[in-house]
Amino acid sequence: MNLVTVSGPPSSGKTSVILKTIQAVQQRGLKVGVVKFDCLHTDDDVLYAKAGVPVKKGLSGALCPDHFFVSNIEEVVQWGVKQDLDLLVTESAGLCNRCSPYIKEVQAVCVIDNLSGINTPKKIGPMLKSADVVVITKGDIVSQAEREVFASRVSSVNPRAIVMHINGLTGQGAFELSTLLHDGEIDIDTVKGKELRFSMPSALCSYCLGEKRIGDDYQMGNVRKMEMED
Amino acid sequence: MITKETLKHKTLGAILAEYPFTLTFFENNKLHLDGHESSTLADYLQQFDEEAIENWAIDIEKIEGDLFAYIHQMLSFLGIKEETGVDSLTILAGQDKSGQKETFESLTIRKSDIIAIVGPTGSGKSRLLGDIEWTANADTPTRRTILINGELPDKKWRFSSSNKLVAQLSQNMNFVMDLTVGEFIELHAKSRLVENEAEVIAKIIEAANHLAGEKFSLETPVTSLSGGQSRALMIADTAILSTSPIVLIDEIENAGIDRQKALKLLVGEEKIVLMATHDPTLALMADKRIVIKNGGIAKILETTTEEKTVLKKLEKMDAVIRELRADLRAGEHVKGDYEDA
Repeated sequence: MNLVTVSGPPSSGKTSVILKTIQAVQQRGLKVGVVKFDCLHTDDDVLYAKAGVPVKKGLSGALCPDHFFVSNIEEVVQWGVKQDLDLLVTESAGLCNRCSPYIKEVQAVCVIDNLSGINTPKKIGPMLKSADVVVITKGDIVSQAEREVFASRVSSVNPRAIVMHINGLTGQGAFELSTLLHDGEIDIDTVKGKELRFSMPSALCSYCLGEKRIGDDYQMGNVRKMEMED
Repeated sequence: MITKETLKHKTLGAILAEYPFTLTFFENNKLHLDGHESSTLADYLQQFDEEAIENWAIDIEKIEGDLFAYIHQMLSFLGIKEETGVDSLTILAGQDKSGQKETFESLTIRKSDIIAIVGPTGSGKSRLLGDIEWTANADTPTRRTILINGELPDKKWRFSSSNKLVAQLSQNMNFVMDLTVGEFIELHAKSRLVENEAEVIAKIIEAANHLAGEKFSLETPVTSLSGGQSRALMIADTAILSTSPIVLIDEIENAGIDRQKALKLLVGEEKIVLMATHDPTLALMADKRIVIKNGGIAKILETTTEEKTVLKKLEKMDAVIRELRADLRAGEHVKGDYEDA
């Protein structure tokens, strides 16, 4: 089985891109499944099921979604193996721009949209910088100049990535992406022992444990203060 | 070409002097070089402690590799800018959605040609564009093959983000940045590593104003441009600053912009122009029309002499409407003497 981790900011078009791309992969006679990770709520599993794609969803709730992802990915892979998939796609939203779910030796795709503003590539950390493929969406509603500037900003933070433009509505570009997602030579039956591409931040403080009160007296653990002096 | 090892032992000052464009790389990766100009790249990257690396998600090994890749990419981009000319584009027939072979053998489109693409929504216009952009080699659902300058093209067109084959202009496009026209063009020029920025900016604003019904200046915010002005700026900017040799236009609304001049500008900058349109004036301005049906190219029509006469009439009608608009805009009464225009 091939495994691809797709991630990107909320509402960047991940699900649309994956749905259109899967169609092209299915036409090659390959069986594709999706596991959707989200925080509080998602209906995207319904969209996948409607498209005839085996799907599972995981909601992280009060936990950091990326930590939740990495704690569950092996079980997810085992599900994919049991479903006899040729390609398993995981979809997760990068919520704090600091973490990323990418795993070494597992194809990583980041979806980011033109509308998010040209400084966005600078703001997103490893999720964008360490992706193998960067998909830029919503190109049909911004000017050619903005598309070019945006793509060049993406290349400056991740020069080694393949940058592709996909229209999630018409599917233009999705076939092209599909040619990169399945490699017959690759066979993953477990991710046990593999490593994340980048460490996830260590944010264990009293607020992680449910503290609500504000003030120094209640702050314990890993706490950092802003510099407020001029 | 510099090696990774030599790059590591160069000072930051020397790297910036030799490759000025690396400033963008350092800035976008939030690496502040002030006061470190005399440190070598390796020493500079060593100074981050574990806390900084963890907090700001810095990956030293990756930065070294990325900077090397970035320099390589930019140098080749600068190098091929001139010689990468696309003189012609050839489409070799494939098949439609039902697997029927397309009825033509091959279609060659040359620099400065204008081709219209017609056909109902969902008939396969996007796929044709996709085939061109991807330089299809019988490996897309239509099985078409695309040749550049008569030959199977280099795969660089597929994956290079700075050398896209097709630039697109469509009806739904807007400016989303909050900048003045001048700042906007400058930003685009910088990303293209243009040397004579001031000259290019002046050229674009002049060309855009030549197309627009209402003039605007470098100080106008892009978000307050009218629809016609926006289209004029987008077209002028794409014609002059975009490196893509092929321009796809998805309809141009007939308001606030002289479409004939717009096409002339693109063609004058030696672009190949493809237009998806059902607007009679635009479609007849093209030399040929590609008719798409059921995912395939069903017909290729040459614009006839008779159609060119129709075009002349349409252009007169367009001119009348433009004048009426100008009168209204200027707060005048419209005159009624347009019948024999």
